Amino acid sequence: MNNRVQKKNKAFDFLKSLCFLFPSLLGVGVFFILPFGVVIYYSMIDGPITKNFVLFENFTKLFQNSAFRLAAKNTLSFSAMAVPLAVVLAVALALMLESRIPMKSQFRTFFLSPMMVPVASVVLVWQVLFNYNGTINELFLFGGGKIDWLQSEYAQIVVLLLFLWKNLGYNMILFMAGLANIPKELLEVADVEGASAAYKFFAIKLRYLSPTVLFVMILSLINSFKVFREVYLLAGAYPYDPLYTLQHFMNNTFGSMDYQKLSAAAVLMALVMVVIIALLFLAEDWFGKDVEG
Amino acid sequence: MKKKKHYFGRGAMFVLCAIFAVLFLLPTVLTISNSFMAETEIVSNYGMIFSNTNGGFVSKTVNLKFIPDKVTLEQYISGLMKSPDYLIKYWNSILLVLPIVILQVAIASVAAYSFTRWRGKIRSGIFFFYVILMLMPYQVTLVPNYLVSQWLGIINTRWSIILPGMFAPFSVFLLTKFMRRIPYSLIEAAKVDGAGEWQIFTRVCLPQCRSAIFSIAILVFIDYWNMVEQPLVLLKDADSQPLSVFLSSINAGEIGLAFAMATVYMIPSLLIFLYGEAYLVEGIANSGSVKG
Repeated sequence: MNNRVQKKNKAFDFLKSLCFLFPSLLGVGVFFILPFGVVIYYSMIDGPITKNFVLFENFTKLFQNSAFRLAAKNTLSFSAMAVPLAVVLAVALALMLESRIPMKSQFRTFFLSPMMVPVASVVLVWQVLFNYNGTINELFLFGGGKIDWLQSEYAQIVVLLLFLWKNLGYNMILFMAGLANIPKELLEVADVEGASAAYKFFAIKLRYLSPTVLFVMILSLINSFKVFREVYLLAGAYPYDPLYTLQHFMNNTFGSMDYQKLSAAAVLMALVMVVIIALLFLAEDWFGKDVEG
Repeated sequence: MKKKKHYFGRGAMFVLCAIFAVLFLLPTVLTISNSFMAETEIVSNYGMIFSNTNGGFVSKTVNLKFIPDKVTLEQYISGLMKSPDYLIKYWNSILLVLPIVILQVAIASVAAYSFTRWRGKIRSGIFFFYVILMLMPYQVTLVPNYLVSQWLGIINTRWSIILPGMFAPFSVFLLTKFMRRIPYSLIEAAKVDGAGEWQIFTRVCLPQCRSAIFSIAILVFIDYWNMVEQPLVLLKDADSQPLSVFLSSINAGEIGLAFAMATVYMIPSLLIFLYGEAYLVEGIANSGSVKG
């Protein structure tokens, strides 16, 4: 085949691939990319009417905003607690279910069951448990020393429990899939050589799980943002300070229609996410090199 | 000696799993069992928390109760028969979620075929972009969504949620991963037999991906069935809200009703868990790493 024909074929293939991609690309363009461009534009002008280009002024204003700083701090501290716990506990659950215990598949179903519970019931149950007159106080703190959990310094922990309850099952399935991909021979050889369980875990399993670990980290980060849904329904638009997150900030700014502030916050959040995701991808390349393939 | 230790370890693990399982199941069981309680019993158990009670006996503290004194369908009857509110909201949920699931999967399967069949710098760039977009928190895409809905004049209509939902990249990502596992020889063989791309897609690719498509549809369904943020922002009109939102706004006097309606709302998900769990697990398991 001569070069011209090959080139023509390649161009033709490219066109064909675009045809198949077109519906999706069109939608993504119209509903996500285009408007996000506008959001970036909004984040750099001073007002919807004056439209003066101010570059980073909205961002510096944002950094000076005390509500934003509180929100950013809380979001950061919550995710910093939630993500590692979600990974470690899910690995532990997966390892437990991997060992030969009875009722494995039932346990798997039970751990996944939070996925089907409507948010409203979750919120109701959490209220029953953690209210001032709730079950937790009743069970563990007789008489004095009752705490209104959602209005206390432990508020984030209450939400953390909710987050873990909701997401551990999903993460566990991911890790179980990762564990199932480890070549059996490798573990058998380790057994024959008399490797300890700890060695097998750290030297073999964890190594093979590293891509999954990174993915679950990204996923848990996203889900740690999503827990806003429950917090909002539990504590409203202006919760006790430790629960006030970036999502509250954005939601409330949305209510007041301050597009400049909102756009700047959205752009900033997107940027941070892209940086974190890129870092995790780089880490995956770094760790995953020797097990890939 | 060693064997004994092994048994002990496994027993301990079983107990630990069982404790976890009970904790994980608690909200589900509580919701379902309490939905069969009479309103008076609910109020006397939980009245303390939701202060707006209509008289009657209220216990000082909350009673977490799993077994009703008297099993009754009272809540179901008053929720489903007496006023059409809940049924309308339920119907709203279906009208929102079904089109999203069907159209998202349909559009995604075509796009996934493209990502599977042809590779190149540009296309892997686009794919990577889809992954990033998939991972964006909802708050970031909320503003763009709102702007587009305003331009298109679809704000406060179902379409402001359905249209962005249709194009969400999650299905594209997952389905591409499934499709890339189809042996290339199958596609080659179809090509040699003179099949066009569309024919390869519909006759070879789709049948191979049937279970994958099913599992993705389940995941998308569960995600959107419980949506709250999108309708809150994009649907100002209370009449068109889905039940997931309406359930959350049930006022304090009607907790019993909330349990019953939440149970009714859980039915589709329960059915999925009973009959499609294998698909569900497979769908989750395959979303496991970002690389195709």
